[in-house]
Amino acid sequence: MDQVALLFHGFSVALTGYNVWLMFVGILLGVLVGVLPGLGAPNGVAILLPLTFTMPPTSAVIMLSCMYWGALFGGAITSILFNIPGEPSSVATTFDGYPLAQQGRAAEALTCAFTGSFFGALLGILLITFLAPVVAKFALEFGPPEFFAVYLLTFCSFIGIGKEPPDKTILVMMLGFAMAAVGMDTMSGLLRLTFGRPELMQGIDFLVVVIGLFGIGEILATMEEGLHFEGKAARMSPRVVLQTWKQLPRYWATLLRSGGIGCWMGITPGGATAASFMGYGIAKRFSSRSDRFGYGEIEGVLAPETAAHASGTSALLPMLVLGIPGSATAAVLLGGLMIWGLEPGPLLFDQQKDFVWGLIASMYLGNIAGLLVVLSTVPLFAAILRVPFSIVAPLIIAVCAVGAYTVHNSMFDVWLMGFFGAVGYFFKKLGYPLAPLVLSLVLGDKAEDAFRQTMLASKGSLAIFWSNPLVGCITTLALVLLLWPLVGVVRRAALNYGRPAPAARTPSASR
Amino acid sequence: MQGAGETRTAQRHWMNAGIVDGIVGAGALVAGIAVMYDSARMGAEWTGGTPQPGYFPFRVGAIICITAAVVIVRALLRARKGGAAFVPWARFRRVLAVFAPMIAYIAGIQYLGIYVASALFVAGFMRVAGRYGWVRCLAVGIVSAVVLFWLFEIRFLVPLPKGPLEGWLGY
Repeated sequence: MDQVALLFHGFSVALTGYNVWLMFVGILLGVLVGVLPGLGAPNGVAILLPLTFTMPPTSAVIMLSCMYWGALFGGAITSILFNIPGEPSSVATTFDGYPLAQQGRAAEALTCAFTGSFFGALLGILLITFLAPVVAKFALEFGPPEFFAVYLLTFCSFIGIGKEPPDKTILVMMLGFAMAAVGMDTMSGLLRLTFGRPELMQGIDFLVVVIGLFGIGEILATMEEGLHFEGKAARMSPRVVLQTWKQLPRYWATLLRSGGIGCWMGITPGGATAASFMGYGIAKRFSSRSDRFGYGEIEGVLAPETAAHASGTSALLPMLVLGIPGSATAAVLLGGLMIWGLEPGPLLFDQQKDFVWGLIASMYLGNIAGLLVVLSTVPLFAAILRVPFSIVAPLIIAVCAVGAYTVHNSMFDVWLMGFFGAVGYFFKKLGYPLAPLVLSLVLGDKAEDAFRQTMLASKGSLAIFWSNPLVGCITTLALVLLLWPLVGVVRRAALNYGRPAPAARTPSASR
Repeated sequence: MQGAGETRTAQRHWMNAGIVDGIVGAGALVAGIAVMYDSARMGAEWTGGTPQPGYFPFRVGAIICITAAVVIVRALLRARKGGAAFVPWARFRRVLAVFAPMIAYIAGIQYLGIYVASALFVAGFMRVAGRYGWVRCLAVGIVSAVVLFWLFEIRFLVPLPKGPLEGWLGY
């Protein structure tokens, strides 16, 4: 087994004192951003990223990925104790987690959530360890047409799979592409879309956009709710943890099912949020106690958390192998990779063995460390949540402003962050998905380059996207996904046929 | 448009969800037109077997315009049917209560430096939103500014924007 040897090499890279220290720092910060509403993994990583520019890339990615795991773990704490999802992916955890806490079984619910998360992550990492090198070898053959087709597939699957209205998904995606085009054009050296503003010459940085959309936008949305936290207490004791662990093997089928769903949703850009809902729904359908779901059923905590963490972890697989992130956080990490001077994609596995395998090894270590950290620090983070929001909110905004400023040491970026904060609030309220925007902003230049190179090779003919079976299949699949929402419209129209006329005029029929 | 809605239907529908949806869509439409205009200026055609710099953005801008139009039409159809308020005024006021001070804070960073602005922002926000006593507000504000200073200026050696106070202190 080639991978096992490489993995052990990775452990030797990851297991230095400095890296282990960064691992714990990352996890603690991650749990913190996961717990605080208004701060999530994408903008937590975005704020911290500029501080890692001077670190060795392997150490930097270890810290930032651990922050990601920490945030995935941390989201469950607020869901269960406060009935407030700290992360969108832990909404489904509140359904059964909070009722359990109300019954005084918070410690049990938290143990389940964390262990389920850990199990899901483990499945995701195993998948990365053994599948990623194979896919990377396969993807080495890819040329510009194949890469553009894969990009197209990624974007189209957002439209086909996402539950948001397709017109809004396409709109934000294209806005992302347009923002990516701002600044110096890499091929011609001309300034594009700057409208004579010197501040726009170096482009719109995705980090600033992420901090604005996710950080400030989230704060505004949270303030609208007028939060006053009323949390349940949780006393974690080793005895409860061990007792809960003893009954977990009973739920092996749920764990595997949710883990499988999560892995699939992570590799395809379905996202952790969708995965957690699916995990919950499917566990409910298969469970013999499905009528107990929603009133405090352990399985109802286990299923969404396992799926969310499996999806969050396996989202790194397409990021590492193809340079296509499967989640918003993975998109930020991908941007980080490019800033550290690493070219994401299949060559990474060939040329940067230390980096790739150090990262993969750190995923195992980071999740073990994460499990131990969250199990032992729940009371601490629950106490942080009891700090009133009128103190926490300005502090979070200050941290966001610092994060936006440090990207380019530019005051213009801080104003841009404020602007995108307002945009993020309205987008969120009006049902625009934000992940596709970040994705297209990060991938915009690469997608455009791939497209231009393809067009150069084919002299402008689109037939090149069907020039061999591989690229043809990918392109066709992408187009099918793109047109998928239309199938629903046609079917509904057919069903409505023959009914009274006004029914056909409802605008929601096109959803 | 917001003002008109407010006077006509008073508190409950002060801002119709469909109309807000349409306004945001119109903003996107303007952005799309701007993108197409600037791309056309650079050339969005083929010359000598290569696509010009505006080729890709021009098409992106076109798709923005088309989808924005779809969003606007659907939003207006929804608005005509009536529909819910975008957000009740009492809740939107809380949003403004964060947004307006934040804009003032960003302006403050520009003129006072980030440390003084942060201290004032944290203290002021606690005072107004949390109704804490002045002493506690100032204490939390100053401590957070000092922590910020220690973390970035000393620990990470990342210079943040500074104002007259830091200059007077010799930084």
